[in-house]
Amino acid sequence: MLPTNNDAAPVLSVRGLKKSFGSNTVLNGIDLDVPRGKVVALIGPSGSGKTTVLRSLNGLETPDGGTVTVGEVSLDFGGSVTKKQLATLSNRSAMVFQQYNLFPHMSVLQNVIEGPLKVQRRPRAEVIAEAEKLLDRVGLLEKRDAFPFELSGGQQQRVGIVRALALKPQLLLFDEPTSALDPELVGDVLAVIKELADEGWTMVVVTHELVFARQTADEVIFMDGGVVVERGPAQEILRAPKMPRTQLFVQRLLHDI
Amino acid sequence: MTSNWDLITSSLGPIISGAITGTIPLTLASFVLGLFLALVMALMRISTNKVLSTIARLYISVIRGTPLLVQLFVIFYGLPSIGVKLDPWPSAIIAFSLNVGGYAAEVIRAAILSVPKGQWEAAHMIGMPHVQSLVRIILPQAARVSVPPLSNTFISLVKDTSLASLILVTELFRQAQQVAAFSQEFMILYLEAAVVYWVICLVLSSAQSLLEKRLDRYVAH
Repeated sequence: MLPTNNDAAPVLSVRGLKKSFGSNTVLNGIDLDVPRGKVVALIGPSGSGKTTVLRSLNGLETPDGGTVTVGEVSLDFGGSVTKKQLATLSNRSAMVFQQYNLFPHMSVLQNVIEGPLKVQRRPRAEVIAEAEKLLDRVGLLEKRDAFPFELSGGQQQRVGIVRALALKPQLLLFDEPTSALDPELVGDVLAVIKELADEGWTMVVVTHELVFARQTADEVIFMDGGVVVERGPAQEILRAPKMPRTQLFVQRLLHDI
Repeated sequence: MTSNWDLITSSLGPIISGAITGTIPLTLASFVLGLFLALVMALMRISTNKVLSTIARLYISVIRGTPLLVQLFVIFYGLPSIGVKLDPWPSAIIAFSLNVGGYAAEVIRAAILSVPKGQWEAAHMIGMPHVQSLVRIILPQAARVSVPPLSNTFISLVKDTSLASLILVTELFRQAQQVAAFSQEFMILYLEAAVVYWVICLVLSSAQSLLEKRLDRYVAH
């Protein structure tokens, strides 16, 4: 199921990413590398720019400067970028949204096959078989004909993950995937994400779940004010952060747990 | 009394035939064309292109700010003086479509804007280009929201088509008028016409409820 590619280069490479909204600088030169099969967790206070990094990788925001490389597609946002180029870049990755953003007028199965069938134009039978397999994996096969409103938040988010997987992306992006969930539903979703990590998917996860980040991420990046404040192996950053801002942030969040 | 009843039953034929060959096709044709125009205007109005959105805004303002009867007369009686001579039917369809286009554009615009931004983003995420996102993801959701107000527009249109009698289109009301002029029984004939309009609108109202139920099946209650 994983896209096979023996290339040793990073799946994702970001250099000098910049983005402003009006006079407000949200990203001020972000560098990021994610090797194949690795998981990077982006943490930081709200407004630190971590979600904007993620959205820039998927074409939901257009950066003002910097380069983004996903797989074999590379775009320099310092120059002019066409819609087509942007689409080629964003089609390399798939995103799981904080608010799930499932299509409410489609059944669970339709949500999952919409992209592979209507955009990628792959054969219907093949697409459905794959979708059912993926739904089965997250324990939701019997919900294939249900509408999203009939599912719990945790179930909706698992469908959101399956929808992303069905696109066969090279890179999975998670934007605070459990922030909108009731606490008792968080575990199921995190378990699925951890499984995908173990399976070798390349992922960038924006999260506030530090315990999850420590268990799942290979690298943790702490952002604040549009810059990377500190980065390193998950254990190191979360157990013994060096920078005062990181220390404060980690202490505060871990106290909540 | 007997002669009144005879008049009612004998005039029902022409009145209903006026509904079937005039009112109903006129309404349907105008509504379909009007909806299409409204969708285009709504998209232009939402568009970030200043020229397009200004044109749409102006169009909507003119249509909503002038009487339908005046619009109809400008097209049928006014245009010939600048060399555009249209028959009653095309004139009526053009006038009513333009009118529906103006009113429904605002409804459709509001409905499109009511769909959460996250739906556009999810559509984009699965790789959909803008137009495909609109057609497959946004409009089906906007349709649900716009059924009640568009049904109002539709039902108003059924009644407004009676104005076409003034430009000689043979529809329900014109048939009633002709029988009334002949028999001099204005009260009976006009009430009869009113009842037929009412029955048509009752049928449409129940169709509206059915449609709303169908479109509501994916929303929590």
